[in-house]
Amino acid sequence: MKARLPLLALALVAVALVVAPLGLQRYGTYILTLWLVTSIAAMGVNLIVGYAGQETLAQAAFLGIGAYTTALLTGAGVPFGLAFLASGALAFCVGILIGFPALRVRKHYLAFVTLAFTVLVWLVIRNEQWLTGGVMGMNVRRPGLGEINLRNHQNFYWFVLAITAALSFALWWIVRSPWGRAFTALRENALRAESLGVDVRLYTLLAFAIGCAYGGFAGALFAPLVGFIDPAPFALAPSLLFLLMVVVGGAGSFAGPFVGAAVAVLLPEWLRFAQGHYLIIYALLVIVMMAFCPSGIVGLVRRLVALRPKPSTADAPAAPAKEAA
Amino acid sequence: MASVLEVRNLSKRFGGITAVDDVSFDVHEGEILGLIGPNGSGKSTLFNCILGQLAPSAGEVRVDGHGVTGLRPSELNRRGVSRTFQLLQVFPKLTVRENLILAGQEHQGRMLARLFGKRDAGLTAQADRMIAFFRLSHLAEETAGSLSYGQQKLLDAAMAFMAGPRLVLLDEPAGGVNLTMLASLKERLHAINAEENATFVVIEHNMEFVMSLCSRILVLAEGRIIAEGAPEAVRRDPRVIEAYLGH
Repeated sequence: MKARLPLLALALVAVALVVAPLGLQRYGTYILTLWLVTSIAAMGVNLIVGYAGQETLAQAAFLGIGAYTTALLTGAGVPFGLAFLASGALAFCVGILIGFPALRVRKHYLAFVTLAFTVLVWLVIRNEQWLTGGVMGMNVRRPGLGEINLRNHQNFYWFVLAITAALSFALWWIVRSPWGRAFTALRENALRAESLGVDVRLYTLLAFAIGCAYGGFAGALFAPLVGFIDPAPFALAPSLLFLLMVVVGGAGSFAGPFVGAAVAVLLPEWLRFAQGHYLIIYALLVIVMMAFCPSGIVGLVRRLVALRPKPSTADAPAAPAKEAA
Repeated sequence: MASVLEVRNLSKRFGGITAVDDVSFDVHEGEILGLIGPNGSGKSTLFNCILGQLAPSAGEVRVDGHGVTGLRPSELNRRGVSRTFQLLQVFPKLTVRENLILAGQEHQGRMLARLFGKRDAGLTAQADRMIAFFRLSHLAEETAGSLSYGQQKLLDAAMAFMAGPRLVLLDEPAGGVNLTMLASLKERLHAINAEENATFVVIEHNMEFVMSLCSRILVLAEGRIIAEGAPEAVRRDPRVIEAYLGH
């Protein structure tokens, strides 16, 4: 019973996500698709920050690398599938390269390296007009998928949903494997992990590069979703927002990035009436959240569930008294 | 008797301070060697140089006859050299069993097999054997952070033995552990030494513990070895009394 409950909840969520666009207008479906794409990038940040205990202020830059790679490749006639894989692979390789100099100190040093990198990528996107169109941006065509027309907003949503499901499963597989345990060990105590044979340098690089690859994959979907890309979404501020999403959702919990991305994507819509002030409201929310529930919304929900009076747990044996030391 | 560990002319300098000064010694197979000396005499620095945590300024370290100087701690660990730290080092949010599985997982299979291969590969069974051996069975599902200090010390030691190491370096295993738990720890260390023919080097300030556990003692003072021998001989050595034990 206990094991079935999460599976049932997962099935319900899956069904709800599949049927969701049927009741929505074009714009609603667009927002929902944007949420999925944002969630993919946030999942990457969660792997780096939440599981492996590192820092990144560069996820929007990796989103940009993915978006422009896909835009350029599909523009040159490369099939979308290949462009998508190339976007993730390029983000992975670049992640390895910028992870290297940060290996000696990690954490805050990595934050500074990624911060500088974000600015660098943004400048390249803005200034290299011959390649990226600069501030004039680039148009991106939506891919075709055999007979299925992905220009249809519902079809594109389902396409993105399927990819999100596949990437979520892949990440779930990673964090449940010995790799995931090693990532957690980096976060909890890197010195001890190294003394137990965990190659701290290799695992740090892997966690960082896989997280960056998720940014690249998200970018590859973001470009055809919006149909037009310019430098703005790939600057430093959106990178900070990705980090905030993970913190607000619940760093280190699997559902955290989805919840955090939902807040980040939906809040501006709900707070339309507040116009330009929504960032202030968002910031206040984050401050209150961090003060009272540093484990994020997912942590808050867990706490509330734990507070509820439990039915008698006849199947659970009484916890044995701890040995007095 | 074959030497498991050979340390030759090892020195470590920090600026103008020489923490370890031209130290040489051997540790033989199946031996329990004690390393004692006053605070700041270079014991932990010596450990860190042997284990690759610090790069020695000069000298050489060999394990089973192979040079290992300059290898990183994780590489050394995968070659069968394990350790505990002076300050308690467990993974507080993982359960006791997960702590032990983590301590064993990097010794099995290749990197990719750890992602795509069998999830367990006998690690849980081995972890449970270690848990039973260190008498922590009733705590297997508890998070390590919720254990008492003494229990965490036992877990810390159990993690060092999880992968069946050739050589284990224990840095103050008895520090902060009460008498009952101490007797249990000593008895377990003796048992694992006898059953697995495991070789230990132990840093310790608790003289009762170290004299009754070890078969041979090295005394370090100001980075140099000032005495070496059987526990009783070392205890009576005037140089040791002068530098460390007091009258």
